Amino acid sequence: MNILEFTLVVGTISSLAGFLGALTGLGGGTILVPILTLIFKVDIRYAIGSSLISVIATSSGAAAAYVKEGFTNIRVGMFLELATTVGALIGVFLATKLSTSLIAIVFGMVLLISSYLSSRTHLDEPIDSVPDPMATRLRLNGSYPTLEGQQTYFVQQVPLGFSLMMLAGTLSSLLGIGSGAVKVLAMDQVMCLPFKVSTTTSNFMIGVTAAAGAGVYLNRGYIDPGLSMPVMLGVLLGSALGARTLIHANPSMLRKVFSVIILVLAIEMIFNGITGRV
Amino acid sequence: MGLLGEFKMSKVQQQWTEHKFEQSLGNLLRGGVIFSASIIAVGGVLYLMRHGMERTDYQVFRGEASEFRILPEILKTGLTLQRRRSTIQMGLLVLIAIPILRVAFSGYVFAKQGDRTYVIITFIVLAVLLYSFFQG
Repeated sequence: MNILEFTLVVGTISSLAGFLGALTGLGGGTILVPILTLIFKVDIRYAIGSSLISVIATSSGAAAAYVKEGFTNIRVGMFLELATTVGALIGVFLATKLSTSLIAIVFGMVLLISSYLSSRTHLDEPIDSVPDPMATRLRLNGSYPTLEGQQTYFVQQVPLGFSLMMLAGTLSSLLGIGSGAVKVLAMDQVMCLPFKVSTTTSNFMIGVTAAAGAGVYLNRGYIDPGLSMPVMLGVLLGSALGARTLIHANPSMLRKVFSVIILVLAIEMIFNGITGRV
Repeated sequence: MGLLGEFKMSKVQQQWTEHKFEQSLGNLLRGGVIFSASIIAVGGVLYLMRHGMERTDYQVFRGEASEFRILPEILKTGLTLQRRRSTIQMGLLVLIAIPILRVAFSGYVFAKQGDRTYVIITFIVLAVLLYSFFQG
């Protein structure tokens, strides 16, 4: 395959990944890295570098729309970015130390956990909780628009949420994914933010987290221009189309299909990692 | 009544500035992504015109040459169009800079609101991001 053909094929697959990622809310990076490494035999470090780039593009593009709707809690986002950006630097450090086989195994396992986490249904009922002193001091509590007007919420378990976010940041740059599933888990389940607030705030933070990892990766030579170009443009195009379709489509069937794809890719990654083929 | 009126005023004002803040933040993000994608697309077409018929080589990790890796080198070879792939890297640098600008912008707004805690938090996040960005 010459470079022109490779660019066109990778660009098409990236836009498909971006499209499905936006429709299902799982992000494009989760399937792109396995496809690039398993099918195109791209070294996993190049795959991770270019995927992390595409994560910044989709996050910034989507955040532009979300921020205007008033769901994003900018203080929660900024406070937790302390954890995710430091975590991102840890992830980059680990990436240079761990073998590619081990990274592939970790990738497969995180893929399995993420797809399980995001397959669970979310009850979005206001939780009657008392204000947490730490959250109040950090002014993390907020309100968001609902059908019955502005609904106030109180943020809980700040230290545990913060620690989980650091893990999310580490996984994000180690694996080149947005790790939105872990971020939403931390904010939704642990910190008791309303689902809509945690998903949009998580998306808002993904770009910042990925940027913290991408700078170092660029400097270490993980980000190849010839590969990143079709990946970034493809994912950006696909996710923009996906976000538009989202309003009309019922994604439950699509989610199931996507979950099966993820399951197969996760097992393949773990298998190839164990046998040392990645 | 006067007090209530004042309270309403400040509430409205606060909502207005936050609304304006969110609007301009959204525009910054969107504009940045489009700008970055345009540079990458131009660089990509130029790159394919010269190297499109060559073979791909991503199976073995070698790391990138310094002109695709070190910030001043990327700018030097990219702006002068010496290396077409450096133009792509310049677009990627713009992309990485968008979230950094976003954080800086939030810091400015927190400072304007007089929220000292969040100015400090933003400053630390910004320091981590700039450290990563200026590794080269």
